Amino acid sequence: MGKITFVEHDGTEHSVAFDAGESLMQLALDNGVPGIDADCGGECACGTCHVILEGNTGGTGQANDEELQMLDLTPEREDSSRLACQITLSDDMDGMVARLPEFQM
Amino acid sequence: MKLLDSVTQAAVSKAQAIVPMPMQIQAAEMVYNAKKIVGIYDKSSEIVETPIPDVASVALEDIDVSNPFMFRQGQWIPYFKRLRDEAPVHYQKDSLFGPFWSITRYEDIVYVDKHHDLFSAEPFIIIGKLPDELAIEMFIAMDPPKHDVQRQAVQGVVAPKNLKEMEGLIRARTQDVLDNLPLDKPFDWVETVSIELTARMLATLLDFPYEERHKLVEWSDAAGGGRETTGGENSTEELFDVAKEFSREFGKLWHQKKARLDAGEEPGFDLITLLQQNEDTKDLVNRPMEFIGNLVLLIVGGNDTTRNSMTGGVLALNQFPDEFKKLKADPSLIPNMVSEIIRWQTPLAYMRRVAKQDVELNGQTIKKGDKLVMWYASGNRDERKIEKPDDFIIDRKSARNHLSFGFGVHRCMGNRLAELQLRILWEELLERFDDIKVVEDPEHVQSNFVKGYSKMMVQLSAKK
Ligand code: HEM
Ligand code: FES
Repeated sequence: MGKITFVEHDGTEHSVAFDAGESLMQLALDNGVPGIDADCGGECACGTCHVILEGNTGGTGQANDEELQMLDLTPEREDSSRLACQITLSDDMDGMVARLPEFQM
Repeated sequence: MKLLDSVTQAAVSKAQAIVPMPMQIQAAEMVYNAKKIVGIYDKSSEIVETPIPDVASVALEDIDVSNPFMFRQGQWIPYFKRLRDEAPVHYQKDSLFGPFWSITRYEDIVYVDKHHDLFSAEPFIIIGKLPDELAIEMFIAMDPPKHDVQRQAVQGVVAPKNLKEMEGLIRARTQDVLDNLPLDKPFDWVETVSIELTARMLATLLDFPYEERHKLVEWSDAAGGGRETTGGENSTEELFDVAKEFSREFGKLWHQKKARLDAGEEPGFDLITLLQQNEDTKDLVNRPMEFIGNLVLLIVGGNDTTRNSMTGGVLALNQFPDEFKKLKADPSLIPNMVSEIIRWQTPLAYMRRVAKQDVELNGQTIKKGDKLVMWYASGNRDERKIEKPDDFIIDRKSARNHLSFGFGVHRCMGNRLAELQLRILWEELLERFDDIKVVEDPEHVQSNFVKGYSKMMVQLSAKK
């Protein structure tokens, strides 16, 4: 158990509780957080679950080549950009912040 | 060999930089004609339409979904269903376009599209081939890393900042077209609405002379309608003519814009200005095949596809009238409906790949060098993935999970622009009209690639 805060581009915050093991993308969808489209359903093949991570990102690890390549396609990419479907939530991510870009590509 | 290649390459680049573009294409055409005379290329003849037999009467191995009349005759639905059920990875050994594998299930298509390391998009993404002399270079048919560099140079043209600038303009132009439509009498929706709106959009994107926008449509139709490439109606000779005119006009536009920029004019947000301001592409005009390739890609990519979605949406709402009622009762369904239109229509039926090594896929062994066709049109109707896939349901859950824009590194660059245009169209239509009635069966394009309409007569009634 822990909490993640999603911040929409206009600043609206959504604080949601999570269970370890689910993906960050699924968490957003299940809680109706707007701004994550997830067009490919978590296949790392569409880039429409882009988030910019802040705060307690300790356990998120590094994006692999496949993910980096998809991130290259988004004009809003930042240093801490990730695809939410590629992040499996664990207890050490409690308190993490996921900012949403203005548009998903 | 490598050294020789790079020396020749350098010489060719140098020659390309000196010789004007249309002349280079003329030279290419002469080579093509010479080869044709000595029989290196077939003298192609027209493809004649015959009725496609019932799929149940055809042996599995003889099924040929590259027939360019599949969509026109409505046979694609039962043919693809049989392939999905009985041979989801299917080999056709001697089609008009050579042997090829068909990938017809949703999951398999995502797999192939994602794995650019196993399946190459080079040299073409259409089933057939172009003569080498016309092999224009576009990044939709390039593998990483070259693809990534080229795409990054131009993708800013459809970045959020640009789309926001364009939204007002798109809406104003849409309103203008709709305000001038005739009421209570039949007219051709394709010509008057779909083509007109997409041509205006393209002219904006390219900052092309507005009054000459119909040329963009002609060129795009010609480029996408080749006989050897997609089973269309145009001959290769016509393609050379178009390439010459195209490169002449765009060469001119390039130099005019460059001169204006050099004279201190504020840079615009159009594609050519973008290319001129990017370090990698600022001399693109000197690499004609690549220059033409990039422009053709945007013009073809942004033309038929959006056009046929504009027509397909009206047709779908006529075939599923309850959905039209739903829409009028709740216009907030428009964005979801736009995704459903794009799935239901699937404007581009497939993308093609070539196996880079032997690959096992759903029980079949695809050999290195084999052609594969990812049939998005079939995957979007795969009952394993999508409930009641042949139905048009505007409030469908997960409507965005469709294949029409492809997946992986080549995922459509214009998807947001296309959705924006369609959303605005439907918002403005609902403001004005109570009904858009399709009064005759639409006419379908001859192609195995473009799934679209050449004519659709409709009649409007005003909102009360
Ligand atoms: C409903 C409308 C559209 C559909 C259905 C569509 C479909 C597609 C498909 C299937 C691909 C290839 C995906 C793959 O290989 O995985 C693609 C790529 C592309 N499309 Fe679209 N398209 C549409 C609108 C547009 C528009 C409006 C533009 C232009 C602004 C555009 C520009 C491109 C470009 C440049 C590519 C190449 C991307 C790459 O290779 O990285 N498309 N599109
Ligand atoms: S859902 Fe498509 S990349 Fe994450």
